[in-house]
Amino acid sequence: MAKQFSQFLNTLGVSPRLVSMMIALLVIWLVLHFLTDGTFLSARNLYNLAVQTSVVGIMSTGMVLIIVARHIDLSVGSLLGVTGMLIAYLQAEVFTIDNNWGWVASIAIGLVVGGIAGWWQGYWVAHRGVPAFIVTLAGLLLFRGAAFEVTDGKTVAPMHETYQLLGGGIDGAIGATWSWIFGLVAVAILVFFTLKSRFRKTKYGFPVKQMWAELLMLAIWSLLIILFVNVMNSYYKPRTEVARGIPIPVLILIGTVIVMTCITKFTKFGRHVFAMGSNPEAAELAGINIKRVTVGIFVLMGVLASIAAIITTARLNAGVNSMGTLQELNVIAAAVIGGTSLAGGIGTIPGAILGAVIMQSLDNGMVLLGVSSSMRQIVIGIVLILAVWFDVMYNKKRR
Amino acid sequence: MNQTPLVEMKDIVKTFGGVHAVDHASVDLYPGEVVGVLGHNGAGKSTLMKMLSGAYVKDSGQILINGEEVTIESPRDAQDLGIETIYQTLALADHLDATANLFLGREKTTAWGALDDNLMEAETRKVLHRLNPRFKNIKTEVGALSGGQRQSVAIGRAIYFDAKILIMDEPTAALGMQETAAVADLIQQLKKDNLGIFLISHDIHDIFDLCDRICVMKAGKVIGTRKISEVTKDDVLSMIIMA
Ligand SMILES: Nc1ncnc2c1ncn2[C@@H]1O[C@H](COP(=O)(O)OP(=O)(O)O)[C@@H](O)[C@H]1O
Ligand SMILES: [Mg+2]
Repeated sequence: MAKQFSQFLNTLGVSPRLVSMMIALLVIWLVLHFLTDGTFLSARNLYNLAVQTSVVGIMSTGMVLIIVARHIDLSVGSLLGVTGMLIAYLQAEVFTIDNNWGWVASIAIGLVVGGIAGWWQGYWVAHRGVPAFIVTLAGLLLFRGAAFEVTDGKTVAPMHETYQLLGGGIDGAIGATWSWIFGLVAVAILVFFTLKSRFRKTKYGFPVKQMWAELLMLAIWSLLIILFVNVMNSYYKPRTEVARGIPIPVLILIGTVIVMTCITKFTKFGRHVFAMGSNPEAAELAGINIKRVTVGIFVLMGVLASIAAIITTARLNAGVNSMGTLQELNVIAAAVIGGTSLAGGIGTIPGAILGAVIMQSLDNGMVLLGVSSSMRQIVIGIVLILAVWFDVMYNKKRR
Repeated sequence: MNQTPLVEMKDIVKTFGGVHAVDHASVDLYPGEVVGVLGHNGAGKSTLMKMLSGAYVKDSGQILINGEEVTIESPRDAQDLGIETIYQTLALADHLDATANLFLGREKTTAWGALDDNLMEAETRKVLHRLNPRFKNIKTEVGALSGGQRQSVAIGRAIYFDAKILIMDEPTAALGMQETAAVADLIQQLKKDNLGIFLISHDIHDIFDLCDRICVMKAGKVIGTRKISEVTKDDVLSMIIMA
């Protein structure tokens, strides 16, 4: 039975690991739905869950590459804090919100500074040989201190009106029509690339999936996309019948996932990250510039942390110097729950997003149940251990 | 032979801490020739070859390719000079498949700059088929392959890129009889294509079947170079043992 099922998955071309995670997520959702008397899977809560997931989700895509390359980044929460404070300060006090382009400039500067902060850490790891654990632990302190220094700890507010949309507040979604257009375009793109890839493989004479398997997978993905759009459109703005649609931060997450997936699958850089994590010596002997790749992943992580900072400040409509505190743990947990192996060489972007959704679902569900924040921390801590233990067991069984 | 040697390594020294891994060693190699590098474990064979393949940088000495002095400071430098290496450890990335390993560091890209996995896979299938017609698991991560198949991937990587100089560090160590024979055939073929090959091996039969000359090392020094036609197996064994 189990064997037949895994053969079936193989025909479909989906990894058993991903399927088991999806099943785990489904179980978690159903249990929480039941415990919260039907609140958890309401359109309203799923909308909030989607928005909450975007911050951790975006950073977890970068953490995948970091961990795949056998490093770790403990500084991402603080990095979010300092870039967020910088963006908020520039926007509110330097450019001021009367300036219509100030928010754009503040974003641009924030992204660059995030990249430079990442480069700084990558430099110490790659060129000076200090373990990433120490460099980024120092970064955790250093960037948190810097976040305070930006305004001496004062909260800065408000943000520009247009900028606030990026946080997914009341108007921060694209409405029903655009959401449907988005969904249909997504389905069209999916069909196009699936068929194109199939066509090219056939041209080379490589084996391809059976046609029914290909169509079944297309149908499942299309259905999930449509379902997602439908749920986002079922949540209305307060006291109206106007659908909200897909929140902008979720669009940013989707964009990030697409870009990061392309980087891991279709670029030399991505391939080299996996080679390095798999066997650093082999990567070096193959002529790969390990130092440059290492700096590259940290720069990427810095930029992703500032994207997360943009969403956070836009959502809060303020810069608060404690933003992002302890987020590094959620981000690492998301990557690891999503199947990224701490031994290096293994990890996927979609897995990490699924991991982020699982983490956020647990947190969101416990809030709905009125669980205290201290108890939530305890639960998340235990989940993290279980996830890594599962990874260890899974890898043992595979050998 | 009056032609210029393909490779001349002169007076090469490499120390690790206080250990003289290679101690004023000199070897040369002509086109179409197989030179066997022999010696006990720890004699310095791998280290000497790694300075040619760019894995280590020599402390002193000269390396000449086609009569011209070259600087080899990285594997990339060596690759650019047409030097390819099959390492004793194979140097494969276990979580990647055969295609990714074969093209590692030298990936083919499309006009858009994206990895051209289809093209690379097609080439990989060709090369591996030539080495081992029964090789099927082209999509499997190489960590899950048998020793022989892993070796095929490592050898495939070395011959795909039109090497002029090939270094084979115990290439048949993990192979069965049939696969060893296939490697021997391959070496004969590459010789005809005028490649120069350094072959490190412990198998005295392999050495006698394949090599034109041998070079025996002990404690980092080259203690003798002989034409294979001028020695017997016993001569060679006693050179290695007595030294
Ligand atoms: N990376 C290294 N660091 C320190 N010592 C090394 C290193 N590589 C080789 N050696 C030493 O150099 C000597 C020669 O080793 P090696 O070239 O591997 O010998 P062989 O390939 O002939 O068995 C040995 O004493 C070995 O311990
Ligand atoms: Mg050796």
